[in-house]
Amino acid sequence: MTEIPVFGLYIFVLAMFAGFEVITKVPPTLHTPLMSGSNAISGISIIGALLIAGQADGTLQTALGLLAVILATINVVGGFLVTDRMLRMFKRKS
Amino acid sequence: MAANLSYLVASGLFIIGLKQLSSPVTARRGNTLAAVGMFLAVVVTLLDQEIVSFGTILVGVVIGSAVGAAAAHWVKMTAMPQMVAVFNGFGGGASALIAWVEFTRLAEGSPGVSAAIAVAVVLSLLIGAVTLSGSFVAFGKLQEWLPTAPVRYPLQHPLNLLIFLGLLAFAVYLIGGAAGMGNLMAITGLSLLLGVLLVLPIGGADMPIVVSLLNSYSGLAGAAAGFVVGSNILIIAGALVGASGIILTHIMCRAMNRSLANVVFGGFGTGTKGEDVPGATGTVREASAEEAAIVLGYARSVIFVPGYGLAVSQAQHQLRELADLLERRGAKVRYAIHPVAGRMPGHMNVLLAEANVSYDKLCDLEEINPEFSRTEVAVVVGSNDVVNPSARDVPDSPIYGMPILNVDQADHVLVLKRSLKPGFSGADNPLFHKDKTMLLFGDAQDSLTKLGQEVKAL
Repeated sequence: MTEIPVFGLYIFVLAMFAGFEVITKVPPTLHTPLMSGSNAISGISIIGALLIAGQADGTLQTALGLLAVILATINVVGGFLVTDRMLRMFKRKS
Repeated sequence: MAANLSYLVASGLFIIGLKQLSSPVTARRGNTLAAVGMFLAVVVTLLDQEIVSFGTILVGVVIGSAVGAAAAHWVKMTAMPQMVAVFNGFGGGASALIAWVEFTRLAEGSPGVSAAIAVAVVLSLLIGAVTLSGSFVAFGKLQEWLPTAPVRYPLQHPLNLLIFLGLLAFAVYLIGGAAGMGNLMAITGLSLLLGVLLVLPIGGADMPIVVSLLNSYSGLAGAAAGFVVGSNILIIAGALVGASGIILTHIMCRAMNRSLANVVFGGFGTGTKGEDVPGATGTVREASAEEAAIVLGYARSVIFVPGYGLAVSQAQHQLRELADLLERRGAKVRYAIHPVAGRMPGHMNVLLAEANVSYDKLCDLEEINPEFSRTEVAVVVGSNDVVNPSARDVPDSPIYGMPILNVDQADHVLVLKRSLKPGFSGADNPLFHKDKTMLLFGDAQDSLTKLGQEVKAL
Protein backbone atom coordinates (compact mmCIF):
# COMPACT_ATOMS: atom_id res chain seq x y z
CA MET A 1 0.00 0.00 0.00
CA THR A 2 2.39 2.72 -1.14
CA GLU A 3 0.35 4.14 -3.99
CA ILE A 4 -0.71 7.75 -3.77
CA PRO A 5 -4.49 8.28 -3.66
CA VAL A 6 -4.61 10.21 -6.95
CA PHE A 7 -8.33 9.64 -7.38
CA GLY A 8 -8.96 11.33 -4.03
CA LEU A 9 -6.80 14.27 -5.06
CA TYR A 10 -8.83 14.70 -8.27
CA ILE A 11 -12.00 14.84 -6.21
CA PHE A 12 -10.45 17.23 -3.71
CA VAL A 13 -9.26 19.72 -6.33
CA LEU A 14 -12.53 19.67 -8.30
CA ALA A 15 -14.57 20.12 -5.12
CA MET A 16 -12.37 23.08 -4.16
CA PHE A 17 -13.20 24.71 -7.48
CA ALA A 18 -16.90 24.07 -6.91
CA GLY A 19 -16.56 25.65 -3.45
CA PHE A 20 -14.90 28.75 -4.88
CA GLU A 21 -17.66 29.12 -7.46
CA VAL A 22 -20.80 28.65 -5.34
CA ILE A 23 -20.15 31.52 -2.96
CA THR A 24 -19.64 34.61 -5.03
CA LYS A 25 -22.07 37.42 -4.41
CA VAL A 26 -23.40 37.09 -0.89
CA PRO A 27 -25.36 40.02 0.55
CA PRO A 28 -23.98 41.14 3.95
CA THR A 29 -27.37 40.29 5.49
CA LEU A 30 -26.57 36.62 5.12
CA HIS A 31 -22.95 36.51 6.25
CA THR A 32 -23.75 35.17 9.71
CA PRO A 33 -26.20 32.41 8.63
CA LEU A 34 -23.96 31.43 5.72
CA MET A 35 -20.99 31.02 8.00
CA SER A 36 -23.02 28.98 10.43
CA GLY A 37 -24.52 26.85 7.61
CA SER A 38 -21.19 26.07 5.98
CA ASN A 39 -19.84 25.29 9.44
CA ALA A 40 -22.58 22.67 9.80
CA ILE A 41 -21.53 21.12 6.48
CA SER A 42 -17.94 20.90 7.74
CA GLY A 43 -19.39 18.58 10.38
CA ILE A 44 -19.15 15.98 7.61
CA SER A 45 -16.35 14.54 9.75
CA ILE A 46 -19.26 12.76 11.46
CA ILE A 47 -18.99 10.14 8.69
CA GLY A 48 -15.35 9.47 9.57
CA ALA A 49 -16.25 9.46 13.24
CA LEU A 50 -18.96 6.81 12.64
CA LEU A 51 -16.48 4.67 10.73
CA ILE A 52 -13.80 4.71 13.42
CA ALA A 53 -16.28 4.29 16.29
CA GLY A 54 -17.93 1.36 14.50
CA GLN A 55 -14.64 -0.45 13.98
CA ALA A 56 -12.95 0.51 17.24
CA ASP A 57 -10.89 -2.14 18.97
CA GLY A 58 -9.92 -1.72 22.61
CA THR A 59 -10.83 0.81 25.27
CA LEU A 60 -8.73 3.73 24.02
CA GLN A 61 -9.99 3.50 20.43
CA THR A 62 -13.57 3.17 21.63
CA ALA A 63 -13.25 6.15 23.96
CA LEU A 64 -11.67 8.36 21.30
CA GLY A 65 -14.19 7.15 18.72
CA LEU A 66 -17.05 7.98 21.06
CA LEU A 67 -15.62 11.44 21.66
CA ALA A 68 -15.26 11.99 17.90
CA VAL A 69 -18.90 11.00 17.30
CA ILE A 70 -20.12 13.30 20.08
CA LEU A 71 -18.11 16.30 18.85
CA ALA A 72 -19.06 15.83 15.19
CA THR A 73 -22.74 15.29 16.03
CA ILE A 74 -22.84 18.49 18.08
CA ASN A 75 -21.30 20.30 15.11
CA VAL A 76 -23.83 18.90 12.64
CA VAL A 77 -27.04 18.97 14.68
CA GLY A 78 -26.32 22.25 16.45
CA GLY A 79 -25.05 23.89 13.26
CA PHE A 80 -28.04 23.12 11.07
CA LEU A 81 -30.60 23.87 13.80
CA VAL A 82 -29.12 27.20 14.78
CA THR A 83 -28.83 28.27 11.15
CA ASP A 84 -32.48 27.40 10.62
CA ARG A 85 -33.42 29.32 13.76
CA MET A 86 -31.70 32.41 12.39
CA LEU A 87 -33.12 32.14 8.89
CA ARG A 88 -36.64 31.59 10.21
CA MET A 89 -36.54 35.12 11.64
CA PHE A 90 -35.74 36.81 8.34
CA LYS A 91 -39.12 38.06 7.25
CA ARG A 92 -40.54 41.00 5.44
CA LYS A 93 -43.39 42.52 7.45
CA SER A 94 -45.83 44.96 5.95
CA MET B 1 -22.68 0.89 -5.40
CA ALA B 2 -25.93 2.11 -3.83
CA ALA B 3 -23.88 3.67 -1.05
CA ASN B 4 -21.62 5.53 -3.46
CA LEU B 5 -24.60 6.84 -5.41
CA SER B 6 -26.17 8.06 -2.19
CA TYR B 7 -22.95 9.87 -1.29
CA LEU B 8 -23.03 11.48 -4.73
CA VAL B 9 -26.57 12.70 -4.09
CA ALA B 10 -25.49 14.03 -0.69
CA SER B 11 -22.58 15.90 -2.29
CA GLY B 12 -24.96 17.45 -4.81
CA LEU B 13 -27.27 18.53 -1.99
CA PHE B 14 -24.34 20.22 -0.20
CA ILE B 15 -23.42 22.20 -3.32
CA ILE B 16 -27.00 23.26 -4.07
CA GLY B 17 -27.55 24.01 -0.38
CA LEU B 18 -24.51 26.28 -0.19
CA LYS B 19 -25.57 28.05 -3.38
CA GLN B 20 -29.07 28.68 -2.03
CA LEU B 21 -27.72 29.85 1.31
CA SER B 22 -26.29 32.89 -0.44
CA SER B 23 -29.65 34.43 -1.35
CA PRO B 24 -32.21 35.68 1.23
CA VAL B 25 -35.17 34.14 -0.60
CA THR B 26 -33.81 30.60 -0.77
CA ALA B 27 -31.47 30.53 2.24
CA ARG B 28 -33.70 28.54 4.55
CA ARG B 29 -34.39 25.91 1.91
CA GLY B 30 -30.65 25.71 1.18
CA ASN B 31 -29.87 24.98 4.81
CA THR B 32 -32.55 22.28 4.89
CA LEU B 33 -31.21 20.67 1.69
CA ALA B 34 -27.70 20.52 3.14
CA ALA B 35 -29.10 18.99 6.34
CA VAL B 36 -30.97 16.36 4.29
CA GLY B 37 -27.71 15.59 2.48
CA MET B 38 -25.95 15.12 5.80
CA PHE B 39 -28.72 12.87 7.13
CA LEU B 40 -28.59 10.76 3.97
CA ALA B 41 -24.81 10.38 4.25
CA VAL B 42 -25.08 9.32 7.90
CA VAL B 43 -27.80 6.73 7.23
CA VAL B 44 -25.94 5.25 4.26
CA THR B 45 -22.75 4.99 6.30
CA LEU B 46 -24.54 3.17 9.10
CA LEU B 47 -26.27 0.74 6.73
CA ASP B 48 -23.52 -0.07 4.33
CA GLN B 49 -20.06 0.28 5.79
CA GLU B 50 -18.06 -2.27 7.65
CA ILE B 51 -19.37 -1.09 10.99
CA VAL B 52 -19.36 -3.83 13.59
CA SER B 53 -20.48 -2.20 16.81
CA PHE B 54 -23.38 0.20 17.03
CA GLY B 55 -23.37 0.69 20.79
CA THR B 56 -20.70 3.38 20.88
CA ILE B 57 -22.24 5.14 17.89
CA LEU B 58 -25.71 5.19 19.40
CA VAL B 59 -24.45 6.66 22.68
CA GLY B 60 -22.36 9.26 20.83
CA VAL B 61 -25.12 10.33 18.46
CA VAL B 62 -27.69 10.62 21.25
CA ILE B 63 -25.40 12.71 23.47
CA GLY B 64 -24.18 14.84 20.55
CA SER B 65 -27.70 15.48 19.22
CA ALA B 66 -29.03 16.42 22.65
CA VAL B 67 -26.19 18.84 23.35
CA GLY B 68 -26.26 20.31 19.83
CA ALA B 69 -30.03 20.76 19.77
CA ALA B 70 -30.11 22.28 23.26
CA ALA B 71 -27.31 24.70 22.43
CA ALA B 72 -28.96 25.71 19.16
CA HIS B 73 -32.28 26.25 20.91
CA TRP B 74 -31.13 28.19 23.94
CA VAL B 75 -28.26 30.28 22.62
CA LYS B 76 -28.97 33.99 22.56
CA MET B 77 -28.78 35.57 19.13
CA THR B 78 -26.19 38.00 20.51
CA ALA B 79 -23.93 35.06 21.34
CA MET B 80 -24.07 33.61 17.81
CA PRO B 81 -20.41 34.27 16.90
CA GLN B 82 -19.19 32.35 19.98
CA MET B 83 -21.58 29.50 19.20
CA VAL B 84 -20.31 29.15 15.65
CA ALA B 85 -16.74 29.21 16.99
CA VAL B 86 -17.42 26.36 19.42
CA PHE B 87 -19.26 24.17 16.88
CA ASN B 88 -16.42 24.75 14.49
CA GLY B 89 -13.82 23.75 17.05
CA PHE B 90 -15.71 20.51 17.69
CA GLY B 91 -15.70 19.67 13.97
CA GLY B 92 -11.93 20.21 13.84
CA GLY B 93 -11.45 18.14 17.00
CA ALA B 94 -13.44 15.26 15.49
CA SER B 95 -11.19 15.24 12.40
CA ALA B 96 -8.06 15.10 14.55
CA LEU B 97 -9.50 12.20 16.59
CA ILE B 98 -10.42 10.31 13.41
CA ALA B 99 -6.84 10.55 12.16
CA TRP B 100 -5.46 9.45 15.52
CA VAL B 101 -7.68 6.39 15.90
CA GLU B 102 -7.38 5.28 12.27
CA PHE B 103 -3.60 5.60 12.45
CA THR B 104 -3.31 3.42 15.55
CA ARG B 105 -5.71 0.88 14.00
CA LEU B 106 -3.75 0.66 10.74
CA ALA B 107 -0.39 0.59 12.56
CA GLU B 108 -1.49 -2.48 14.54
CA GLY B 109 -2.51 -4.46 11.45
CA SER B 110 -0.66 -5.37 8.31
CA PRO B 111 0.53 -3.97 5.92
CA GLY B 112 0.83 -0.98 8.26
CA VAL B 113 0.48 2.64 7.30
CA SER B 114 1.46 3.84 3.84
CA ALA B 115 3.38 7.12 3.47
CA ALA B 116 0.43 8.72 1.66
CA ILE B 117 -1.93 7.88 4.52
CA ALA B 118 0.65 9.11 7.04
CA VAL B 119 0.76 12.49 5.28
CA ALA B 120 -3.03 12.70 5.51
CA VAL B 121 -2.87 11.73 9.20
CA VAL B 122 -0.39 14.52 9.93
CA LEU B 123 -2.51 17.08 8.07
CA SER B 124 -5.73 16.04 9.84
CA LEU B 125 -4.04 16.17 13.23
CA LEU B 126 -2.37 19.50 12.54
CA ILE B 127 -5.31 21.35 10.96
CA GLY B 128 -7.91 19.70 13.21
CA ALA B 129 -6.04 20.50 16.44
CA VAL B 130 -5.25 24.09 15.37
CA THR B 131 -8.95 24.54 14.55
CA LEU B 132 -9.97 23.10 17.93
CA SER B 133 -7.72 25.19 20.16
CA GLY B 134 -7.89 28.30 17.95
CA SER B 135 -11.71 28.21 17.97
CA PHE B 136 -11.76 27.96 21.74
CA VAL B 137 -9.48 30.97 22.11
CA ALA B 138 -11.77 32.84 19.68
CA PHE B 139 -14.74 31.74 21.80
CA GLY B 140 -13.01 33.01 24.95
CA LYS B 141 -12.39 36.38 23.38
CA LEU B 142 -15.91 36.75 22.00
CA GLN B 143 -17.37 35.70 25.35
CA GLU B 144 -14.92 38.12 27.03
CA TRP B 145 -13.50 35.40 29.26
CA LEU B 146 -10.14 36.18 27.68
CA PRO B 147 -8.82 39.70 27.08
CA THR B 148 -10.31 41.01 23.83
CA ALA B 149 -7.28 43.20 23.18
CA PRO B 150 -4.47 41.58 21.20
CA VAL B 151 -2.24 39.60 23.59
CA ARG B 152 1.43 40.07 22.74
CA TYR B 153 4.19 37.81 23.93
CA PRO B 154 7.94 38.04 23.44
CA LEU B 155 9.47 36.55 20.30
CA GLN B 156 6.02 35.87 18.90
CA HIS B 157 6.95 35.12 15.30
CA PRO B 158 10.23 33.22 16.02
CA LEU B 159 8.40 31.10 18.60
CA ASN B 160 5.63 30.16 16.16
CA LEU B 161 8.22 29.36 13.51
CA LEU B 162 10.07 27.14 15.98
CA ILE B 163 6.89 25.25 16.84
CA PHE B 164 6.15 24.83 13.16
CA LEU B 165 9.64 23.44 12.51
CA GLY B 166 9.21 21.06 15.44
CA LEU B 167 5.93 19.89 13.93
CA LEU B 168 7.63 19.35 10.61
CA ALA B 169 10.34 17.21 12.23
CA PHE B 170 7.81 14.99 14.01
CA ALA B 171 5.79 14.76 10.80
CA VAL B 172 8.79 13.57 8.79
CA TYR B 173 9.46 11.03 11.51
CA LEU B 174 5.89 9.76 11.37
CA ILE B 175 5.76 9.63 7.59
CA GLY B 176 9.10 7.85 7.54
CA GLY B 177 7.46 5.03 9.45
CA ALA B 178 9.27 5.52 12.75
CA ALA B 179 6.07 6.23 14.54
CA GLY B 180 4.82 5.62 18.00
CA MET B 181 2.23 6.96 20.36
CA GLY B 182 4.66 9.63 21.55
CA ASN B 183 4.97 10.95 18.03
CA LEU B 184 1.19 11.34 17.62
CA MET B 185 1.00 13.06 20.98
CA ALA B 186 3.81 15.47 20.11
CA ILE B 187 2.16 16.49 16.84
CA THR B 188 -1.23 16.94 18.47
CA GLY B 189 0.17 18.84 21.45
CA LEU B 190 2.27 21.20 19.34
CA SER B 191 -0.69 21.82 16.99
CA LEU B 192 -2.97 22.67 19.91
CA LEU B 193 -0.34 25.08 21.22
CA LEU B 194 0.07 26.64 17.78
CA GLY B 195 -3.70 27.25 17.54
CA VAL B 196 -3.66 29.12 20.87
CA LEU B 197 -0.57 31.17 20.03
CA LEU B 198 -1.85 32.13 16.60
CA VAL B 199 -5.24 33.42 17.79
CA LEU B 200 -4.22 35.10 21.10
CA PRO B 201 -2.48 38.08 19.43
CA ILE B 202 -5.56 38.89 17.34
CA GLY B 203 -7.97 41.53 18.67
CA GLY B 204 -11.60 40.86 19.58
CA ALA B 205 -12.96 42.90 16.68
CA ASP B 206 -11.19 40.63 14.22
CA MET B 207 -12.52 37.40 15.76
CA PRO B 208 -15.26 37.01 13.11
CA ILE B 209 -12.59 36.85 10.41
CA VAL B 210 -10.66 34.34 12.51
CA VAL B 211 -13.76 32.19 13.03
CA SER B 212 -14.46 32.30 9.32
CA LEU B 213 -10.89 31.28 8.53
CA LEU B 214 -11.00 28.48 11.12
CA ASN B 215 -14.25 27.33 9.54
CA SER B 216 -12.38 26.96 6.29
CA TYR B 217 -9.67 25.01 8.15
CA SER B 218 -12.21 22.66 9.72
CA GLY B 219 -13.39 21.84 6.20
CA LEU B 220 -9.82 21.12 5.10
CA ALA B 221 -9.24 18.99 8.23
CA GLY B 222 -12.37 17.02 7.28
CA ALA B 223 -11.05 16.51 3.75
CA ALA B 224 -7.69 15.31 5.12
CA ALA B 225 -9.56 12.90 7.41
CA GLY B 226 -11.38 11.72 4.27
CA PHE B 227 -8.03 10.67 2.80
CA VAL B 228 -7.19 8.87 6.05
CA VAL B 229 -10.36 6.76 6.17
CA GLY B 230 -10.76 6.62 2.38
CA SER B 231 -14.11 8.39 2.20
CA ASN B 232 -14.92 10.51 -0.85
CA ILE B 233 -17.84 12.31 0.75
CA LEU B 234 -15.50 13.67 3.43
CA ILE B 235 -13.08 14.86 0.78
CA ILE B 236 -15.85 16.55 -1.24
CA ALA B 237 -17.70 18.27 1.59
CA GLY B 238 -14.44 19.19 3.33
CA ALA B 239 -13.01 20.76 0.17
CA LEU B 240 -16.31 22.61 -0.47
CA VAL B 241 -16.29 24.20 2.97
CA GLY B 242 -12.54 24.79 2.81
CA ALA B 243 -12.89 26.72 -0.43
CA SER B 244 -16.12 28.56 0.34
CA GLY B 245 -14.70 29.47 3.76
CA ILE B 246 -11.71 31.13 2.10
CA ILE B 247 -14.06 33.16 -0.12
CA LEU B 248 -16.25 34.10 2.85
CA THR B 249 -13.17 35.13 4.83
CA HIS B 250 -12.09 37.30 1.93
CA ILE B 251 -15.55 38.94 1.70
CA MET B 252 -15.47 39.69 5.44
CA CYS B 253 -11.97 41.15 5.26
CA ARG B 254 -13.15 43.43 2.48
CA ALA B 255 -16.18 44.55 4.52
CA MET B 256 -13.85 45.46 7.38
CA ASN B 257 -11.31 47.02 5.03
CA ARG B 258 -8.56 44.69 6.27
CA SER B 259 -6.23 42.33 4.51
CA LEU B 260 -5.99 38.79 5.81
CA ALA B 261 -2.25 39.12 6.39
CA ASN B 262 -2.92 42.25 8.41
CA VAL B 263 -5.46 40.41 10.58
CA VAL B 264 -3.20 37.43 11.21
CA PHE B 265 0.10 39.23 11.73
CA GLY B 266 -1.13 42.78 12.40
CA GLY B 267 -1.82 43.64 16.01
CA PHE B 268 -4.39 46.20 14.99
CA GLY B 269 -6.50 47.68 17.76
CA THR B 270 -3.85 48.06 20.41
CA GLY B 271 -5.24 51.51 21.12
CA THR B 272 -2.01 53.50 20.94
CA LYS B 273 -2.50 55.51 17.78
CA GLY B 274 -5.80 57.11 18.74
CA GLU B 275 -4.34 59.59 21.21
CA ASP B 276 -2.35 61.31 18.50
CA VAL B 277 -5.33 62.30 16.36
CA PRO B 278 -5.32 66.10 16.40
CA GLY B 279 -8.47 68.01 17.20
CA ALA B 280 -10.22 64.95 18.47
CA THR B 281 -10.13 65.98 22.07
CA GLY B 282 -12.68 68.54 23.05
CA THR B 283 -15.83 69.00 24.96
CA VAL B 284 -18.85 66.80 24.53
CA ARG B 285 -22.45 67.77 25.04
CA GLU B 286 -24.03 65.38 27.50
CA ALA B 287 -27.80 65.19 27.40
CA SER B 288 -30.41 63.85 29.78
CA ALA B 289 -32.95 61.33 28.55
CA GLU B 290 -35.59 64.06 28.74
CA GLU B 291 -33.68 66.48 26.50
CA ALA B 292 -32.87 63.71 24.05
CA ALA B 293 -36.52 62.62 23.96
CA ILE B 294 -37.64 66.14 23.00
CA VAL B 295 -35.34 66.19 19.97
CA LEU B 296 -36.31 62.66 19.03
CA GLY B 297 -40.05 62.88 19.72
CA TYR B 298 -40.70 65.76 17.33
CA ALA B 299 -38.45 64.58 14.50
CA ARG B 300 -40.10 63.75 11.19
CA SER B 301 -37.30 61.45 10.08
CA VAL B 302 -35.05 59.25 12.20
CA ILE B 303 -32.29 56.84 11.26
CA PHE B 304 -31.05 54.40 13.88
CA VAL B 305 -27.47 53.19 13.64
CA PRO B 306 -27.20 50.08 15.81
CA GLY B 307 -23.79 48.64 16.61
CA TYR B 308 -21.72 46.47 18.89
CA GLY B 309 -23.01 48.18 22.07
CA LEU B 310 -26.56 47.25 21.16
CA ALA B 311 -25.54 43.64 20.65
CA VAL B 312 -23.69 43.49 23.98
CA SER B 313 -26.60 45.03 25.86
CA GLN B 314 -29.13 42.87 23.95
CA ALA B 315 -31.22 45.99 23.46
CA GLN B 316 -32.70 45.09 20.07
CA HIS B 317 -36.23 44.74 21.48
CA GLN B 318 -36.08 48.10 23.31
CA LEU B 319 -34.81 49.69 20.10
CA ARG B 320 -37.73 48.33 18.11
CA GLU B 321 -40.21 49.52 20.77
CA LEU B 322 -38.78 53.04 20.64
CA ALA B 323 -38.92 52.95 16.83
CA ASP B 324 -42.58 51.87 16.97
CA LEU B 325 -43.38 54.80 19.29
CA LEU B 326 -41.72 57.26 16.94
CA GLU B 327 -43.55 55.80 13.96
CA ARG B 328 -46.86 56.19 15.74
CA ARG B 329 -45.94 59.85 16.25
CA GLY B 330 -45.54 60.14 12.50
CA ALA B 331 -41.80 59.85 12.01
CA LYS B 332 -40.20 57.94 9.16
CA VAL B 333 -37.89 55.44 10.81
CA ARG B 334 -35.13 53.43 9.18
CA TYR B 335 -32.12 51.44 10.32
CA ALA B 336 -28.66 51.91 8.85
CA ILE B 337 -26.69 48.70 8.97
CA HIS B 338 -22.94 48.89 8.45
CA PRO B 339 -21.58 45.69 6.87
CA VAL B 340 -19.64 44.86 10.03
CA ALA B 341 -22.10 46.19 12.64
CA GLY B 342 -22.54 43.93 15.65
CA ARG B 343 -20.11 41.22 16.60
CA MET B 344 -19.71 39.68 13.16
CA PRO B 345 -20.67 40.63 9.59
CA GLY B 346 -24.41 40.30 9.15
CA HIS B 347 -24.96 39.87 12.89
CA MET B 348 -27.06 43.04 13.31
CA ASN B 349 -29.50 41.83 10.66
CA VAL B 350 -30.03 38.66 12.65
CA LEU B 351 -30.56 40.58 15.92
CA LEU B 352 -33.08 43.03 14.42
CA ALA B 353 -34.86 40.20 12.65
CA GLU B 354 -35.17 38.58 16.08
CA ALA B 355 -36.81 41.78 17.37
CA ASN B 356 -39.34 41.56 14.53
CA VAL B 357 -38.02 44.44 12.45
CA SER B 358 -39.06 44.04 8.83
CA TYR B 359 -35.97 43.52 6.69
CA ASP B 360 -37.00 46.17 4.16
CA LYS B 361 -36.41 48.83 6.85
CA LEU B 362 -32.81 47.67 7.24
CA CYS B 363 -30.75 49.73 4.82
CA ASP B 364 -27.20 48.96 3.82
CA LEU B 365 -24.42 51.48 3.55
CA GLU B 366 -24.79 52.53 -0.10
CA GLU B 367 -28.55 52.82 0.23
CA ILE B 368 -28.65 54.94 3.39
CA ASN B 369 -25.63 57.21 3.10
CA PRO B 370 -27.26 59.77 0.74
CA GLU B 371 -30.25 59.91 3.13
CA PHE B 372 -28.44 61.26 6.22
CA SER B 373 -28.28 64.83 4.87
CA ARG B 374 -32.07 64.72 4.55
CA THR B 375 -32.65 63.33 8.03
CA GLU B 376 -33.46 65.23 11.20
CA VAL B 377 -32.06 62.88 13.81
CA ALA B 378 -29.53 60.09 13.51
CA VAL B 379 -29.42 57.91 16.61
CA VAL B 380 -26.18 56.00 17.13
CA VAL B 381 -26.72 53.08 19.48
CA GLY B 382 -23.40 51.62 20.59
CA SER B 383 -21.50 52.15 17.34
CA ASN B 384 -18.20 53.93 17.18
CA ASP B 385 -15.65 53.21 14.47
CA VAL B 386 -18.28 52.73 11.76
CA VAL B 387 -19.57 56.31 12.26
CA ASN B 388 -16.14 57.91 12.74
CA PRO B 389 -15.72 60.71 10.18
CA SER B 390 -11.92 60.40 10.50
CA ALA B 391 -12.14 57.30 8.34
CA ARG B 392 -13.35 59.60 5.56
CA ASP B 393 -11.52 62.87 6.33
CA VAL B 394 -8.23 62.20 8.18
CA PRO B 395 -5.64 60.31 6.10
CA ASP B 396 -3.48 59.72 9.21
CA SER B 397 -6.22 57.93 11.08
CA PRO B 398 -5.68 54.21 11.70
CA ILE B 399 -9.11 53.54 10.21
CA TYR B 400 -8.73 55.85 7.20
CA GLY B 401 -10.37 54.31 4.15
CA MET B 402 -12.86 52.15 6.01
CA PRO B 403 -16.34 52.73 4.60
CA ILE B 404 -18.44 54.60 7.18
CA LEU B 405 -22.02 55.72 7.68
CA ASN B 406 -22.23 59.50 7.15
CA VAL B 407 -24.07 60.11 10.40
CA ASP B 408 -22.46 63.54 10.83
CA GLN B 409 -24.53 64.86 7.90
CA ALA B 410 -27.85 64.57 9.76
CA ASP B 411 -29.32 67.72 11.39
CA HIS B 412 -28.92 66.26 14.88
CA VAL B 413 -26.93 63.32 16.13
CA LEU B 414 -27.87 61.48 19.29
CA VAL B 415 -25.23 59.06 20.54
CA LEU B 416 -26.11 56.35 23.07
CA LYS B 417 -22.90 55.07 24.60
CA ARG B 418 -21.55 53.54 27.76
CA SER B 419 -18.48 55.76 27.98
CA LEU B 420 -16.16 57.84 25.83
CA LYS B 421 -13.84 54.87 25.45
CA PRO B 422 -12.47 54.59 21.91
CA GLY B 423 -13.73 51.83 19.62
CA PHE B 424 -11.83 48.68 18.70
CA SER B 425 -9.55 50.59 16.37
CA GLY B 426 -8.38 52.75 19.27
CA ALA B 427 -9.13 55.90 17.27
CA ASP B 428 -10.89 58.79 18.98
CA ASN B 429 -14.10 59.88 17.30
CA PRO B 430 -14.51 63.59 16.39
CA LEU B 431 -18.23 62.98 15.82
CA PHE B 432 -18.73 62.99 19.59
CA HIS B 433 -17.29 66.49 19.88
CA LYS B 434 -19.43 68.17 17.24
CA ASP B 435 -21.93 70.87 18.24
CA LYS B 436 -24.84 68.98 16.72
CA THR B 437 -24.04 65.84 18.70
CA MET B 438 -25.70 64.97 22.01
CA LEU B 439 -24.43 62.11 24.12
CA LEU B 440 -26.58 60.03 26.39
CA PHE B 441 -24.36 57.87 28.57
CA GLY B 442 -25.43 54.49 29.88
CA ASP B 443 -26.14 50.92 28.94
CA ALA B 444 -28.02 50.80 25.62
CA GLN B 445 -30.94 48.86 27.08
CA ASP B 446 -31.43 51.32 29.97
CA SER B 447 -31.02 54.38 27.76
CA LEU B 448 -33.49 53.14 25.15
CA THR B 449 -36.04 52.24 27.83
CA LYS B 450 -35.72 55.68 29.43
CA LEU B 451 -35.99 57.38 26.04
CA GLY B 452 -39.17 55.41 25.36
CA GLN B 453 -40.71 56.52 28.66
CA GLU B 454 -39.78 60.15 28.03
CA VAL B 455 -41.15 60.11 24.48
CA LYS B 456 -44.43 58.66 25.79
CA ALA B 457 -44.60 61.48 28.35
CA LEU B 458 -44.26 64.23 25.71
